[in-house]
Amino acid sequence: MFETIDQIFVLIKHWLLGYVPGALQPISSAILSVVPVIIAFPLLFAITTVLERKGLGRMQNRYGPNRTGWFGILQPMADGIKSLTKEDIVPRTADQLVHFLAPVVMVIASFLVYAVLPIGRNMVIADLNAGVLFFFAIGSMVELSVFMAGWSSHSKYSLLGAMRAIAQMISYEMPLVLSSVVAIMAAGSLSTVTIVNMQAGYTGIWPHWYVFTPWGITGFVIFMIAATAESNRCPFDMPEGESEIIAGYFIEYSGFKFALFFLAEYLGMFATSAMAITFFLGGWAAPFSFLTWIPSYVWFFGKLLTLICAFIWVRGTLPRLRMDQLMNFAWKFMLPLSLINIVGAGIWHFMPAGFTRWTVVSLLVVLSCVLLSRGLRRNKWFHVRTYRFAS
Amino acid sequence: MSPLSGYLLLSAFLFSIGLAGALTRRNAILVLIGIELMLNAANLNFIAFWRYGPHPEALTGVMFAIFSISVAAAEAAVGLSIILAVYRHSRTTNLDQLNSMKG
Amino acid sequence: MTISFLLLAAITIIGTAAAMSLKNLVHCVLALSLGLVGLAALYMQLGAQFVGFTQILVYVGAVAILAAFVIMMTRSANPTLTNAASSFRASGPLIAVLVFAVLAWATISGTSAQPILTAAPEGSVGQIGTALMHRFVLPLEVIGLLLTAALIGAGILAMDEHRGTQHRGKQ
Repeated sequence: MFETIDQIFVLIKHWLLGYVPGALQPISSAILSVVPVIIAFPLLFAITTVLERKGLGRMQNRYGPNRTGWFGILQPMADGIKSLTKEDIVPRTADQLVHFLAPVVMVIASFLVYAVLPIGRNMVIADLNAGVLFFFAIGSMVELSVFMAGWSSHSKYSLLGAMRAIAQMISYEMPLVLSSVVAIMAAGSLSTVTIVNMQAGYTGIWPHWYVFTPWGITGFVIFMIAATAESNRCPFDMPEGESEIIAGYFIEYSGFKFALFFLAEYLGMFATSAMAITFFLGGWAAPFSFLTWIPSYVWFFGKLLTLICAFIWVRGTLPRLRMDQLMNFAWKFMLPLSLINIVGAGIWHFMPAGFTRWTVVSLLVVLSCVLLSRGLRRNKWFHVRTYRFAS
Repeated sequence: MSPLSGYLLLSAFLFSIGLAGALTRRNAILVLIGIELMLNAANLNFIAFWRYGPHPEALTGVMFAIFSISVAAAEAAVGLSIILAVYRHSRTTNLDQLNSMKG
Repeated sequence: MTISFLLLAAITIIGTAAAMSLKNLVHCVLALSLGLVGLAALYMQLGAQFVGFTQILVYVGAVAILAAFVIMMTRSANPTLTNAASSFRASGPLIAVLVFAVLAWATISGTSAQPILTAAPEGSVGQIGTALMHRFVLPLEVIGLLLTAALIGAGILAMDEHRGTQHRGKQ
């Protein structure tokens, strides 16, 4: 009975496909796979906006929105109506075509990455052979749309915000990709379904998630920090810092296009969280072997909501990083640490199972972390060459 | 006309578009973009021959394309930083005005 | 010559032709991105998925953005008076047409003889990885060296030299 509940969406899809004539089967199969994702994740976006504003409000010792509906729960609807009915102002000197296309490209890229995420057992839209590479390739198209948005508005602040945002996103893309390499190495495949299936086993009651290994937890932490920076969330929201550059690269957007950018940013956050869950937290697998009767998609969305709450928590707690602090952190700390993490994962693979490999790899990772952070605290080692002439 | 010749004609067309751009445009960055297009056209040629050729399991076409993409990216990075350095020195990227080695 | 090939070829040609002929440089870069995405889709249609995704990741995600950044930093985005098409020489496009004619003649006369019908080859990522480590390990290491050299070189070339003069002024 529990297997039926677990596979209920797959069974509904197959039942509906039975009514479709043979020639239309491939396209209706695709549509039936895609429609639940298109419904579920914007709904999650709506819930997250309320959750974030109430959560941040409580952390700042105030109520969040509580006028619309019971405890402010209809706030997303109010936001939606507001953004749809607001006047769409486009500056006269703006580049009209690019200004229109920037949010479109961003939303398309943000929606496309959901094609390779395994939401439940047998529930993935496209099981690509190089699924992880697809995810990172489409994710890198977001930077192009940020540039389009910033440049097309022909405004100094939006251009500055766009350049900062792109520099930040490109810098943090490297630790993001490299920290996921450890999970790919351990699973032996670039397909997200295979990565999750390799983590779905249990020894006793303990799961085989990659986060319960020293290289796994380091990779997870690096991935989450890089994901925060990729989505321009606090403490990395220098490009859209509300108190400084007002709204950064989408300062000239109003109404529905602004809402589209917002949607795309949050969808990107969900997608990278879901990828972190796939790589390190076991995807749709239950944490203990006696809890496998709960359906797989419930576990996936539970983990996703936990990570989203962690994002909101971090946003309410940490101050904003400066631009040079951001870049130093990415290039001088996270990048070497993720490379050393890969070496650690390789050592883990080749040593026999037991206490020794735990100590060796943990020592490697912790020592490198400490040494790198000490190295960052000193002043700049590289000085411009100065010449002294005899006077 | 076989599928292979379709891909080869497309690749030749892209190559000539890139060549026309590299020879005609005056901005240094666009010349570089034209060169990138020519490299991409050659990549398409390689992949088309890998697909329709006699020994696809040797993976030669795919490997060459991957290495070509990496080399082209490195060359684009260095070329663009050279353009930046030249701009800092002579305040222009117009190739017609960059015709003297003095200064 | 299926419909998908014609569609993707049309997108690629439109993108690249626009990239080489538009006046506004940022529009050129964006059209180039479209052309490169079209090329990546063609690679995927030919069965080389890895190369297609790598093309998007490297070219659209890095090279196009780099070109856009340099366009902004060299202020070539604002069309000045000297950018007018005052000295348009026809020799450039003529040479390109000649090259295309020669290549097209070579293609049609060479491949129209035998029809090639092979099954779709298997270029899975695992095979590519194994080949990179066994047969192509030397080019892999050389590419690593090349990329390191390019990284350091590009950084040094683009570094701001004016900080040196400030130190010298204090002596």
